[in-house]
Amino acid sequence: MRRIVVVGASLAGLRAAEALREEGFDGPLTVIGDEPHRPYDRPPLSKQVLAGAKEASQIALPVGDREALDLTWRLGVAAVGLDLVERRVALDDGSQEQFDGLVIATGATPRRIAVPEGMAGVHTLRTIDDCLALRDALDAGASRVVVVGAGFIGAEVAATCRGRGAEVTLLEALPVPLGRVLGEDMGRLCGDLHRDHGVDLRTGAGVAGFEGGARVEQVRLSDGSAVPADVVVVGVGVTPNTGWLEGSGLALDDGVLCDETTLAAPGVVAAGDVARWPNGLFGEVMRVEHWDNAIDMGAHAARRLLDGSGATSDYRPVPWFWSDQYDRKLQLAGRPGPGDQVQVVAGSVEDRRFTALYGRAGRVVGALGWNMPARIVRYRSQIATGLSWDAALADA
Amino acid sequence: MRVVVDYDLCESNAVCVGAAPEVFEVREDDFLYVLQDEPDETLRAKVEDAVRRCPKQAIKIED
Repeated sequence: MRRIVVVGASLAGLRAAEALREEGFDGPLTVIGDEPHRPYDRPPLSKQVLAGAKEASQIALPVGDREALDLTWRLGVAAVGLDLVERRVALDDGSQEQFDGLVIATGATPRRIAVPEGMAGVHTLRTIDDCLALRDALDAGASRVVVVGAGFIGAEVAATCRGRGAEVTLLEALPVPLGRVLGEDMGRLCGDLHRDHGVDLRTGAGVAGFEGGARVEQVRLSDGSAVPADVVVVGVGVTPNTGWLEGSGLALDDGVLCDETTLAAPGVVAAGDVARWPNGLFGEVMRVEHWDNAIDMGAHAARRLLDGSGATSDYRPVPWFWSDQYDRKLQLAGRPGPGDQVQVVAGSVEDRRFTALYGRAGRVVGALGWNMPARIVRYRSQIATGLSWDAALADA
Repeated sequence: MRVVVDYDLCESNAVCVGAAPEVFEVREDDFLYVLQDEPDETLRAKVEDAVRRCPKQAIKIED
């Protein structure tokens, strides 16, 4: 393999590039990114940067030994097409990049809700530029914030805006926030956390549309009521960035479909938010949008790309992430589902410092921690090697 | 190799514990403890993994 192109100047893309060099690839290596910025860390965007405690210049991802990496950066240009026969990526400035090996790490884009033409004040949060636009609006005095969607991004934005002193309404279409991820009981606790911090959380609240003139003035709900708003943040999930791969011959289904090893086609791998693959550990074809997965999958995909014989092991991680909301640190390891058994095994729900396990078919499939990080990391490695529900409860 | 943790940055996410349990421990008090300030070279790969995976970029290796 003489020439490798990484599409996506993100955490997954950068990690893939680093791993390619670590594994001894010494050919030309190009990283393409549609944002004008070098790779940066996204988690602080909904927390420290939005709060004003950190500047955008402080969240660049550390790039190990720049000289040894010897990367060619193509930033501010987006990939718009892939030709697998001619082995080239078409870019939106009309140029092309030739490759022998390709890493797809184009991430995802926030879903939007239709906004009347010309209306300002409705935001999403994914990039540095998104974050600064929202922060500018808050700095300029927007004091009534409506957050649409009480998932993890919405929850963190709500918490950060409360911390800035804004009046926050958090709208969730489902009856319980995060109910589909954490189950009803744990989801309800997340809802209580917001209410106790003075957020007006409304569940079962669908959004019908945004009203106002040049700026948004209120959010119309599907029950006909309206919530006044100076600024709106929409956090209703993301769509993987696969538009540029339409017609390329790659299998696309809510992401780039890969095999168990992250291979999408001969000489083509995918990693991070954009990749969907069968994770044998959970017997599920999954797409994982977490920070930690971008690191692991980027490195795994790099090794797979260089491995012509296919000897690379399957990619079977235990997904893990954290979310900081108010003074609580939530961490989730594994892959809980709505029908799982849930049992608190340490700490207490009343103190909001506890560990809960999720069980399915006699096996522990997830561990949720509220301010109990040490246990979650332990459970994560136990879930990786297989932990029975009975053994976990007996040990707890 | 000397392991240095910036405790102002550290949030006890405990990712380092997963990467290099010989070197890092988060105890029940939720604080991070470095078990070996100068771990053996055989642990370098694990410590480098911990450095890379720290969500707060709070760990450094000084050679």
